Amino acid sequence: MRKVGAVMVVGGGIAGIQASLDLADSGFKVYLVEKEPSIGGVMTQLDKTFPTNDCAMCILAPKLVGAGRHPNIELVPYSELKKVEGEEGDFKVTLNRKAMRVDPEKCTGCGDCAQKCPVSAIDKYNEGLGERKGIFILYSQAVPLVFAIDKEKCLGCGICAEVCKAEAIRYDEEDTEVEVEVGSIILAPGFEEFDPRIVTEYGYGRYPNVVTSIEFERILSATGPYRGTVLRPSDGELPRKVAFLQCVGSRDDRVGNPYCSGVCCMYAIKEAVIAEEHNPGLEPTIFFMDIRAFGKEFDDYYARAEEERGVRFIRCRVSHTDQEPDSKDLYVTYVEDGEVKKERFDMVVLSVGMNPPADADKLADIMGFELNDYGFAKTGLFTPLETTRPGVYVCGAFASPKDIPDSVAQASGAAAKAGRAIASQRGTLITSAEYPAERDISGEEPRVGVFVCHCGINIGGVVDVPEVVEYARALPGVAYVERNLYTCSQDTQESIKEKILENSLNRVVVASCTPRTHEPMFRATLQEAGLNPYLFEMANIRDQCSWVHMHQPEAATEKAKDLVRMAVAKARLIQPLKKPRIDVTPAALVIGGGLSGMTAALELADQGIETHLVEKEDELGGNLRRIKFVLGGEDPQAKLGELVGRVKGHENIRVHIGTRVEDIQGYIGNFETTLLSKAGEEAVKHGVVILATGGVEYQPSEYLYGEDDGVMTQLELEEKLVEGFSPDTVVMIQCVGSRCEERPYCSRICCNDAVKNALKVKEANPCSEVFVLYKDMRTYGFNEDYYRKAAKEGVLFIRYDDEHKPEVTNDGGLRVRVLDPVLNEDIVIEPDALVLSAGVLPALDNQRLAGLLKVPLSKDGFFLEAHMKLRPLDFATDGVFLCGMAHGPKAIDESISQACGAAARAMTILSKETLETEGAIARVNEDLCSGCRMCEGVCEFNAVEMVEQDGEVHSHILEELCKGCGVCAATCPSGAITAGHFTDGEILAQVRAALTEVSR
Amino acid sequence: MAFEPNIVGFLCNWCSYAGADLAGVSRIQYPTNLRVIRVMCSGRVEPAVVLSILAEGADGVMITGCHIGDCHYIDGNLHAKRKYELTRRLVEKTGLKTGRLRLEWVSAAEGQRFADLVNDFTEQIRELGPSPLSGTTPDLGLLLKVRAAKAAAEGFRLRALVGKEEKTVTDGNVYGEEVTQEEWDKVMTESVETEYSRHRIHIALTEAPGSVKELSEKLGMGSQAVLEHIVALRQLGWVDVQEIRGTSPVYVTMEVPQ
Repeated sequence: MRKVGAVMVVGGGIAGIQASLDLADSGFKVYLVEKEPSIGGVMTQLDKTFPTNDCAMCILAPKLVGAGRHPNIELVPYSELKKVEGEEGDFKVTLNRKAMRVDPEKCTGCGDCAQKCPVSAIDKYNEGLGERKGIFILYSQAVPLVFAIDKEKCLGCGICAEVCKAEAIRYDEEDTEVEVEVGSIILAPGFEEFDPRIVTEYGYGRYPNVVTSIEFERILSATGPYRGTVLRPSDGELPRKVAFLQCVGSRDDRVGNPYCSGVCCMYAIKEAVIAEEHNPGLEPTIFFMDIRAFGKEFDDYYARAEEERGVRFIRCRVSHTDQEPDSKDLYVTYVEDGEVKKERFDMVVLSVGMNPPADADKLADIMGFELNDYGFAKTGLFTPLETTRPGVYVCGAFASPKDIPDSVAQASGAAAKAGRAIASQRGTLITSAEYPAERDISGEEPRVGVFVCHCGINIGGVVDVPEVVEYARALPGVAYVERNLYTCSQDTQESIKEKILENSLNRVVVASCTPRTHEPMFRATLQEAGLNPYLFEMANIRDQCSWVHMHQPEAATEKAKDLVRMAVAKARLIQPLKKPRIDVTPAALVIGGGLSGMTAALELADQGIETHLVEKEDELGGNLRRIKFVLGGEDPQAKLGELVGRVKGHENIRVHIGTRVEDIQGYIGNFETTLLSKAGEEAVKHGVVILATGGVEYQPSEYLYGEDDGVMTQLELEEKLVEGFSPDTVVMIQCVGSRCEERPYCSRICCNDAVKNALKVKEANPCSEVFVLYKDMRTYGFNEDYYRKAAKEGVLFIRYDDEHKPEVTNDGGLRVRVLDPVLNEDIVIEPDALVLSAGVLPALDNQRLAGLLKVPLSKDGFFLEAHMKLRPLDFATDGVFLCGMAHGPKAIDESISQACGAAARAMTILSKETLETEGAIARVNEDLCSGCRMCEGVCEFNAVEMVEQDGEVHSHILEELCKGCGVCAATCPSGAITAGHFTDGEILAQVRAALTEVSR
Repeated sequence: MAFEPNIVGFLCNWCSYAGADLAGVSRIQYPTNLRVIRVMCSGRVEPAVVLSILAEGADGVMITGCHIGDCHYIDGNLHAKRKYELTRRLVEKTGLKTGRLRLEWVSAAEGQRFADLVNDFTEQIRELGPSPLSGTTPDLGLLLKVRAAKAAAEGFRLRALVGKEEKTVTDGNVYGEEVTQEEWDKVMTESVETEYSRHRIHIALTEAPGSVKELSEKLGMGSQAVLEHIVALRQLGWVDVQEIRGTSPVYVTMEVPQ
């Protein structure tokens, strides 16, 4: 059967981008289809992200640019699916590519057209709180940076074509049909925010000061309509009291969304905290039913918000809001402690839930896969990445509502699945750039070519470009100067190449926009002209000059000259740098033989990678061995059996049971590990490590556990239930060993487990009484259904808090006393079984392994990934990955997603024979090195090793691991380390150049 | 002393100016209130110029051109009409009587018609009385409005729209689609409202920094609308926050980009 080595990813949000990058980095061609003119999705609209409060755009932009520039990713923006034919491995997809009416090859993104466009339209990016023009980009950092004409709004006046100096406007462009052949398809269309107009009692759409949470994100954002100061839309005043109403369009059967959207509690807390940061003195109040802070370090964030940041939390569902007609103030009516209260607020933020994407039905129809009851893609607990159509995979919020890190992990997982199906075709459809041999410039005097960009009128309209050109001509070392209308245009690249050759240039300076977006392209131009790519320097005379000094043309021109002078001064000193290449051992080591480890091993093995699966116990399966039934009815033991069978029978997997990892040496591509088992020591070589060490159930020391036979954990109950245990009265206590002083984190799975077991008890014995004593019920996502079912079947949920913990005694029978907060009186239950929802602890071996691999642990003892939001499966140390409970407590489907994701991340390395790494890295002069180890201490990437030579210890940089940050060079007390491309000499030359004219 | 209106007239070189000459040649008498400015084409008369004349205290402005179809420059008069329409819309916004404006077509052969027109318009202005912007004590509030209208008329957006109107509505747009006058008018109405309001705000802030609430009261605009304009003006770099007074951000003007 024919297979195609390409993948189509539908949806260019963070999940789609991650899946695309993973696939493109492991040898597959990717078509990234996005319905909007730019990729980025909802994340581009967010101000900050929880729980790290990172600026969303700052962490997203590198991925946007990476996807936009990747040679193996073809962006297909402004396009929608029309038809899908064929089958797994060999699909033919027809797309409708909407006319952007701007030639993407010619558009430089300068924005002159939008400035002159007389038509205004609603700015969707700013949620209608601002305006955009009839010709637009979605947001200022858009990728691709190509304008599009909004045909609905366009008057057809023709002005944009007249002002576009790049001649990029194409009014006659029509929608086109595009056909692509791909082997796999990944769906990542995201979600639609719930429209709260339906919930009329909150007044959204009628009261201007009632806004949605996503509108509030834009209000908070420095790039938003109010530049980051929170203002009331009705009158522009600073609000003091802001109410956040949770579960708007979530956990609400009336609007057809009984599920929990899973993210709103955290984003509301974040918005409350950030709002107070932006408007000191602002008083946020969050009205909630349960705070579902179930993710990694979320509870910490919640606690800090309440204790340190003064966010007020009120547990109740708000009945309605009213507006005071003159002041437009809002009155929120709610019930607290059995009393109806009415409180005035300046603003109300509705925490809107996630709906499936608006075109989900259409997608399902075209693709032929099934949706679940709520319109999301239907998946299984053990098949969280597969839709019902073979070869079509899903990730992100379309699979189930989820946050960014879970989406990113799942996206990598979907990439693994998509790649596995066409693994035989890896490398068949990708392109790699071929460059001529590099000219040796050693011994040559610097001959700098300076190219100054007008950027249409973006620079030229403010800065006197001809004057800058004349000025540059006189600078020392400059051999050639020219100016261009757009230095970035394709024809200018050709001209730069010619000028390099004609004038024997050996350095190039481009004075234009920002190197953050354009340096890679200009470097490639140098390479095409036979120059080392590092012989290039940029002067940012647009983003940091003309655009910010629009009313001071003379001063801006002077500044542009200064910037060019500085760039030339540095350019004269820069040297060619080599990018190190390292060989990759095409093998993997997976530590941990539970569900995650086995899944990761299988994914790798199926893609042809020799995989060592190490399990410390004598049997594979981990915690899954103790799980006897699951919510939803699948048979976990049958799945486990299947999995173990496949692992043991796989030709590419070597299972090492009863084995411990004794030592790990080496680095990305080249690890060497010593394994120890009863059979003795064995050394294995591998290119990557995946940590899947799992977690263990907490052994309670409270509530008479271990003293009274009637007291058991959920896992123990589960084992008893399958043996026929059928108690009449059961009390479950949640958060035993979790969310306590010693372990403040939430164990994430216990609420679902309690509901699962409660339903099982009820199923066996409908007359039984089951009480669940909880702090917050955290049955996030679609599991909310089971919580509701349990309540409907008579399971009693009674909330307790830390001040009123249940009391358990046994004086001739188990007695549980707990305060019922609704009745406000103690109730006493005498259960047959007291079941403790014992939390998840990190694996005992984590500490030791962290030491061996020099990777960090979180304060809770789980492994700490490279970045909590966008790199959930990586470590800062290259070549080491994590998944499953090693990362933190998680459910079966989440562990599988992460395990597949870790495999996909690993494949980005293992799919290559050699890796090319950064050339601008640190180098040590061994003669100067005193062996003080300070560099080793400051390196975040474990790129420094101390070597002994002739009895002396000195520092050695592992080129493969060095990222070129230069921290070591700045730290070294002996001046022994040079930071490539940012040497002291180069930096000082720039500084001197900056100061010369000033002191003149 | 009886009120003697000050009226400014723009006459196109080829038809109207010739028509006025003919009235002279024919000795047809009319009032002395008109001061004529010769322009080559009525299409040259831009709204901002008319508005600045009104701001200076003129009691009336009259524009005359060739009859439709007769224009020496093919359809300069059609542009004149479009521009006049914009002027009228803006004047309407300010509250100044639109009766102080007039656009007429006078051919080189219509000496009598020219004289009648001057008679009629002068009478019309006499009835309206002196411009509230004339004399030594002009209505300062109105003056600010007219200045805002003038600034709006000078801005790129309205100039561009009015510049493109004739061709687009007549010949269809760049896509070859028909654009009806109603459709165009809808955009014009919105754009005039927007640009005028923004300049009102901008001018008010030039007078003195202020908050959304203060602007809302001062300008009689809804506070929500004021904020929306402030958002846009900040985006343009025309205004920025000066300080936060109590709970109110106070906005101040920036130097306007040319």
